Amino acid sequence: MCLGIPGQIIDIIDPNQQLATVNVAGVKRPVNIACIIDEAHPPEACINDWVLVHVGFAMSRIDPDEAQKTLALLNELGEVQQEIDAMQDSQTTLSS
Amino acid sequence: MKYVDEFRDPEKAKALIAEINALKTQIPQLASRPLQLMEFCGGHTHTIFRYGIEPMLPDWIELIHGPGCPVCVLPMGRVDDCVALAERPDVIFTTFGDAMRVPGSKKSLLQAKADGADIRMVYSPLDALALAHKNPDRQIIFFALGFETTMPSTALTVLQAAAQGVQNFSLFCNHITTVPTIKAILDSPDMQIDGFLAPGHVSMVVGEQPFHFITEHYAKPLVIAGFEPLDILQSIWMLVKQIASRRCLVENQYARIVPPAGNMPALNAIEKVFTIREFFEWRGLGSIDHSGVKMRENYADYDAEIKFNLPNLKIADPKSCQCGEVLKGVIRPWECKVFGTQCQPETPMGALMVSTEGACAAYYNFGDLDELLQKRETLSV
Ligand code: SF4
Repeated sequence: MCLGIPGQIIDIIDPNQQLATVNVAGVKRPVNIACIIDEAHPPEACINDWVLVHVGFAMSRIDPDEAQKTLALLNELGEVQQEIDAMQDSQTTLSS
Repeated sequence: MKYVDEFRDPEKAKALIAEINALKTQIPQLASRPLQLMEFCGGHTHTIFRYGIEPMLPDWIELIHGPGCPVCVLPMGRVDDCVALAERPDVIFTTFGDAMRVPGSKKSLLQAKADGADIRMVYSPLDALALAHKNPDRQIIFFALGFETTMPSTALTVLQAAAQGVQNFSLFCNHITTVPTIKAILDSPDMQIDGFLAPGHVSMVVGEQPFHFITEHYAKPLVIAGFEPLDILQSIWMLVKQIASRRCLVENQYARIVPPAGNMPALNAIEKVFTIREFFEWRGLGSIDHSGVKMRENYADYDAEIKFNLPNLKIADPKSCQCGEVLKGVIRPWECKVFGTQCQPETPMGALMVSTEGACAAYYNFGDLDELLQKRETLSV
């Protein structure tokens, strides 16, 4: 829950609601981007950004190398699978 | 569970250990006792055990594993409140998966679910809000917990719910704060900690500034640390270097993620929705002033504590529980009288046995249990 997981923003769902689709280790889910945008970096500029995602919120932009290193670490710790399971279970809950 | 076999970049790790060793002669206090450094965050504790960092360090450095696992420190009374909310027929209770196993005085959320309560694990508070839209005739409560890292997410979700005029969504707010907790640890009389590794992701939100009082008022050096094994070794080296040269500063080893001023939009959202509680009750530590937040009055409609009747009982920790002493570094986890016997990960008595990030669970999972129990025997004779 606290470590978060890197993902890449692939499109903007709704700039007003500050929602974007993020690809997290192959799973696509809507993520709130309110914490990583400002006047200098509006939603449109976020596409392709790598971000650290915590419980559905992009909390920080990170460089792509850093993202890969973090993913490798989380993989070793078994956290990638945990996060992905949590995301997928949540999607099932929502559609049931 | 076992150690990760290959430490990535062992050469760099070796070089750091050599640097740390070289500082030994410059630290006079080592004549009387080892240095005690606390990593506050459960994420750090996890890395330290998983990568076997403790055995790599010289014997004059002791790591004290802090209370920084928000799931671990939930007091039993709060879990009972969750169960009471979840058992209301009009409620769908939503939570992160991590919180399901925490024992209450009668049952955990997992047991309440098995008994028929509508409890759903969600990945994000946004998913709980989506459930509220889908189930207009039910009350959706989200169990908000965690340090400053998760506060922005629940605050932004409440702001969104308010903007959309959603009426069947609320938070059961159990967020806790880092700095008052470090302060409480520093204020306790038997405290011996010489320096802190501060949590990287909390700092990403709050920045460096809130930690300055630790260096200024308590004269303890502090390094904001990342989560890679090398981050941790480097941060320990930075701390020891400060101690060796009698410096006492807030240093940021994790600058690639942590901006000195923190994250403004996140801090603004927290400020809008939450306000400091006078005190908050912790499992194992008792009541700590200002260590939690509650929702501001203008968001009362989204505050489950106001919207629903809670039992709100204070349940004392079991007498034999020594979590407080472990947290302050007064005893090692395996020295607790119930460690590994009455207190085990499947049947935790204290907070530190609850999640894999707790110090006692880490020793239990990664240490040699028989050896530890034997060591305890020799101590008690
Ligand atoms: S063994 Fe259990 S009761 Fe003792 S300190 Fe650890 S978690 Fe607390």
